[in-house]
Amino acid sequence: MGSRTRREFLQIAGVGGVVFASGLLEACSRLGGRPDPRPGMADDFYFVQLSDTHWGYKGPANPEATVELPRAVELVNALPQVPDFVVFTGDLTHTTDDDQERRRRMGQVREHLARLRVPTLRLMAGEHDASLDRGAAFQEFFGPLRYSFDHKGVHFVVLDNVSDPKGILGDAQIDWLSRDLKPRPKDAPIVVFTHRPLFDLKPDWDWTTADGTRAIDVLHAWRHVTVFYGHIHQEHHHQTDHIAHHAARSLMFPLPAPGSQPNRAPLPWDPAHPGKGLGLRDVDTDPRQPAYELREIPLARES
Amino acid sequence: MRFAALFLALLAAAGDPGERVVHVVARRFTYSPEVIELQLGVPVIIELTSADRDHGFSVPDLGIRIDVEPGKTARVRVVPEKVGTFDFHCDVFCGSGHEEMAGRIMVSAPVASGGNSGH
Ligand SMILES: [Cu+2]
Repeated sequence: MGSRTRREFLQIAGVGGVVFASGLLEACSRLGGRPDPRPGMADDFYFVQLSDTHWGYKGPANPEATVELPRAVELVNALPQVPDFVVFTGDLTHTTDDDQERRRRMGQVREHLARLRVPTLRLMAGEHDASLDRGAAFQEFFGPLRYSFDHKGVHFVVLDNVSDPKGILGDAQIDWLSRDLKPRPKDAPIVVFTHRPLFDLKPDWDWTTADGTRAIDVLHAWRHVTVFYGHIHQEHHHQTDHIAHHAARSLMFPLPAPGSQPNRAPLPWDPAHPGKGLGLRDVDTDPRQPAYELREIPLARES
Repeated sequence: MRFAALFLALLAAAGDPGERVVHVVARRFTYSPEVIELQLGVPVIIELTSADRDHGFSVPDLGIRIDVEPGKTARVRVVPEKVGTFDFHCDVFCGSGHEEMAGRIMVSAPVASGGNSGH
């Protein structure tokens, strides 16, 4: 199904959202305004990005903390077309010092996610899941912290910048990334999923990855690289040269725009608009350009 | 690291005996003191210890970052070369409240001596 057809389909179904196109402009200018699909590559598909549920959080930033995850599952299940997969870019749980409680929270998240009617789930950790035990519980429940996979002509890489409590990737992982990418043609579509921003978004709020530049340097040699991440609890788009970076909203509480207030305390809960600022995203992927069309789906329970 | 060149920050094994030492205790999820007041051009040794677990001390605008671990004393020598406020935070994830673990360094110009106000 072409993206326009699906978009019309979504409009008919009354599913709102703001669309952000990434890669289309570049593709159009490169090809003189007439995108010329590469033969032999798959048709477009879409996936859904969920992020930062912080299951187990208790606090004023969200007094209805158990509502959002099941609601997100409902919204995904109500999409008019089943996504090829759902990716969860970290902080499935809110951190706790109690290893048993951590496992209890992860078990509950797993139960909720099991209700998603999608063929595949791609999960990854945030620092709240993995930093206090270096990812031990996360791996028991959800599998490896870093991996790669291919889907319909796109190479996806999941990077772990959270299981080291210093929020770094580390030498071994950067070597692994180089080896993983090496056999790929330089024009292959590459998508990176990670929790923290790889670039210096706001270092004094810890919105960075200390050695993220090294990963960006490795990725730089490939011409079509797009990064999807979480951690900052808001929609955000940034370019480092030709590499696009897209942050997703949270499913628990929104955080302020970088530098918009003295500290990074959560935005206050608005009782008139429960769930305001929260949401999920679907990404229409055209591997032939490649191009990505992002649609933000709000979680707010307002009319 | 933008202003790193404006400052001279060194991991100091030992500074001059006469240099001022500011001791900072890190514990979940605060620094004590959380405001460090320095004077322009006056060298100081910031000494950090942890009262509980591993923490970090990161001042991105000054190009400073150091681990703060229990049983050790972390030292960093600073010569403030710019007036202003510089935020620091813990960059080693330490639990629920880690994101609030922060403080600031305030650098002021020396107070003018004599009866006339300086400018
Ligand atoms: Cu800390």
